[in-house]
Amino acid sequence: MEMDIGNDPTSTEVMLAFYRRLYPFKSIYNWLNHEHAPTRLFTHREFAFTLPGDVYLRYNSFTTADELKKQVCDLKPTRFEIGPVYSARPRDRKTVRAGALTPVLRELVFDIDMTDYDPVRTCCSEADICKNCWQFIAAAVHVLDMALRDQFGYEKLLWVYSGRRGIHLWISDKEAMELTDQQRKALVGWLTAVQAGKESSKKLNLHTGGRLSPSLQMALDYLNTIFGSLILSNQDCFLSEEGYEELLKVVPDAKVAAALRTKWESSPSRSSERKWVDLKKRAAAENFMPTLEDIIIQYTYPRLDAEVSKHRNHLLKAPFCVHPKTGRVCVPLSLDMIDNFDPESVPTVGQLLKELDKIKREEGDGAEVHSDWEKTSLKPYIDMLDRHAQSLMEVTRNEKRKSDMSW
Amino acid sequence: MYKASTGAPNDTYRVAQVANHGLLTYPHRLNFYDAPPLFEVTAEEFETSAIHRLHILSEIETSAARNRTWDELKKVTAIQCDQHLPLGHNIDKTEDLDGERRRDYLSHFVLRLAFCRSEDLRQRFVKAETTLFKLRYESDLINERASFLNSRDFNWIPVDATEQKLYAKELNSPYFGKTEAERLAEKYYKVKWTRVPDLVERRKVFVKKGWAYVPSREQSSIVFHEFETHLQRALEMTAKLIPRLDEDTRLIPVLDNLSRAFLNGISSEWTSTADAGNSETIKAEQVDSLAKKHFPLCMRTLHDNLQRDNHLKHFGRLQYGLFLKVLGLSVEEAIVFWRKSFSRIADDKFNKEYKYNIRHSYGLEGKRANYPAKSCQQLLTPGTSDHGCPYRNYSPENLQTALLSAYSSQGLRSSDLPEIMSYVKSSHYHVACTRVFELTHSTDGISKGEGLGGYENVIHPNEYAARSIALAKMKEEKVKEEPMVVE
Repeated sequence: MEMDIGNDPTSTEVMLAFYRRLYPFKSIYNWLNHEHAPTRLFTHREFAFTLPGDVYLRYNSFTTADELKKQVCDLKPTRFEIGPVYSARPRDRKTVRAGALTPVLRELVFDIDMTDYDPVRTCCSEADICKNCWQFIAAAVHVLDMALRDQFGYEKLLWVYSGRRGIHLWISDKEAMELTDQQRKALVGWLTAVQAGKESSKKLNLHTGGRLSPSLQMALDYLNTIFGSLILSNQDCFLSEEGYEELLKVVPDAKVAAALRTKWESSPSRSSERKWVDLKKRAAAENFMPTLEDIIIQYTYPRLDAEVSKHRNHLLKAPFCVHPKTGRVCVPLSLDMIDNFDPESVPTVGQLLKELDKIKREEGDGAEVHSDWEKTSLKPYIDMLDRHAQSLMEVTRNEKRKSDMSW
Repeated sequence: MYKASTGAPNDTYRVAQVANHGLLTYPHRLNFYDAPPLFEVTAEEFETSAIHRLHILSEIETSAARNRTWDELKKVTAIQCDQHLPLGHNIDKTEDLDGERRRDYLSHFVLRLAFCRSEDLRQRFVKAETTLFKLRYESDLINERASFLNSRDFNWIPVDATEQKLYAKELNSPYFGKTEAERLAEKYYKVKWTRVPDLVERRKVFVKKGWAYVPSREQSSIVFHEFETHLQRALEMTAKLIPRLDEDTRLIPVLDNLSRAFLNGISSEWTSTADAGNSETIKAEQVDSLAKKHFPLCMRTLHDNLQRDNHLKHFGRLQYGLFLKVLGLSVEEAIVFWRKSFSRIADDKFNKEYKYNIRHSYGLEGKRANYPAKSCQQLLTPGTSDHGCPYRNYSPENLQTALLSAYSSQGLRSSDLPEIMSYVKSSHYHVACTRVFELTHSTDGISKGEGLGGYENVIHPNEYAARSIALAKMKEEKVKEEPMVVE
């Protein structure tokens, strides 16, 4: 039986086959629940389904992974999202006392979207993404990963490709899960240096007394290493007139800006690298080196979608969902894969189902096996989530053992 | 059970005073309100102390809604504090230091009972109380503050010299202010970063592995956050326990009243026109012009409806009639006014059905009670009438149309509407009304934030009208005087 998956990667038949045979419900369950026996972390967790035709079902909750799978296979949503752990079961929402259903725990989540980089990227725009502009995301991932581990001490970070042009981060450390909205807002404030959205081209003023805050200094030390390859050679941001005018805008000395402008206008093909050298020389002479640091941060520092991270009740698409436009699966990524990651190389749902068909033909029509994904190109990604979930369960186990000892 | 005059909730709270106050029950001006009061209190003291505190908290809320700066807030709140709940320093030779602090302590706990019952109330209460605590903390004397801080364990870990040396480079960042010498001499305290979210948000501390290194001059941040979370937890606990409380039936109505007052502004009985200094009576034919110049939106719409339909329903008549009475319309004039307005109704019917009610509201029939005019609080309470407060009851579109048609002749522009609507959206109806007053009286020298003059908010429709009339009169007199000066 060959399925027609040519045009519509998210027809209900395709989605059903995907959910029934490929989607790793058990791994997702382990990752959310932190142990084998169901706890509130899973049973009081909100799931929201997006059905074809813009139908959105909120406040679903399940007692086991199988129950979740059954519901997903019944509804065949185009995607589903994971919300917070509530004080009661979300599905009992209508029967619990008013106000008794409040979010209590939630992974700390981040969302970085390529569109926020539109003002500084030259290779693609809007929904498109290529290997070149992925480097913006890669830089953001490194900076955030470093900051969250070093400054906040978090360890259980899971990076997930969002299926098209962005990346999500889920932090499952106990302390991170327990953060209040106020604390989340503070943390986002700490990490924010460049405003995403319309404000992104605003001139930064991050220095006090000629120095950056230690956390930004640490980010800058890394960004310095990639600025040349990403902004100057790869993106060639200052080649066009529009590009270098943006740069000249932030030069504090009008005379210097004018001099550079005349010089650059006269040789339109002057590369970004050489322009940067010109500017650097001037900056050293005129004493505005901090401005250069601001520029590096402006162009490469992570641009966060702050609203996602600030509120515990924000829903975020579950890992391993299929992006409805691209058909790509939202796979987890490890830190060492980030730099060489090619969004185009991610398995699509169509490709995976074809792989399954091939296996079937080779092995003959046997009984349906549950871990069909074992034989597909999805396997390494699911293994990655499993390892991550294992490490979370390890923490829970150790904690339990510790409390047993004290007894 | 302790008696108030002799008891101390906790013996460790006693400290010797240098002055001849002897032993104080409440040694510090600042208070974290740990243990609930265990002394006997009269029902009256229970309520009045709470109302006094409520005045202060309302002022703080209003200031926040109106975006007052910290200095303005300080000034305005200090006025309210002195008036309602003065709180002296230890070195002040105040007669009744303990009494003041006892009232502060008691009123806080009464309001806790009143405000623990919904999430919204809890949050607003915590915010207002924390602000009050900050104000007092800032105005406290340095040595008294230090002794307060020493009296509690804030669970901060002093950073020792070796650790400080380890992070010397980071801690020495000019980002954390002051000169290098001062930074090196600074003492640091280590707390979990989640306890100083405000410092973290502004990147004003050094954070490593989840610990925030707080310099001693930012210590207050920890204290404030501690106060906030402490109170938040206590309120949630109280909320859970309150249904199981062996409740005195006298208290529930008091508590209900208090929480309502917080939402709708504190009610005041605006009974006499003499207060506003215009004891002149008003004639029936003046009402129309007064309405167009001086009435708040609630009364203005009632007036316009009356003129348009030649009729008002019962509660509308009651609301508007009492307002006019307090404004200075005598019963004879009132009968003339209503007779004229109800032009489509025959004399016979008017005399039979309406006249009695008008005379009744003036206390000349039936119970013969002198009914006060309805305050904003009453108009804001849902369910009392179909009319009430337009800022609350109207849909945003209707409200904007009504505002423009009523006040555009007095200088209200459509560009002012977003600001007013933002107050309405956050349920600060009296602030919206006050802002309209300011905008329509800018030519009388009322500027933004001044309210009805002297930072007062609208809490009674009659106050609005009386203030407006008084301002107009002052202006008239000025105009009269000026030519003489020129000559």
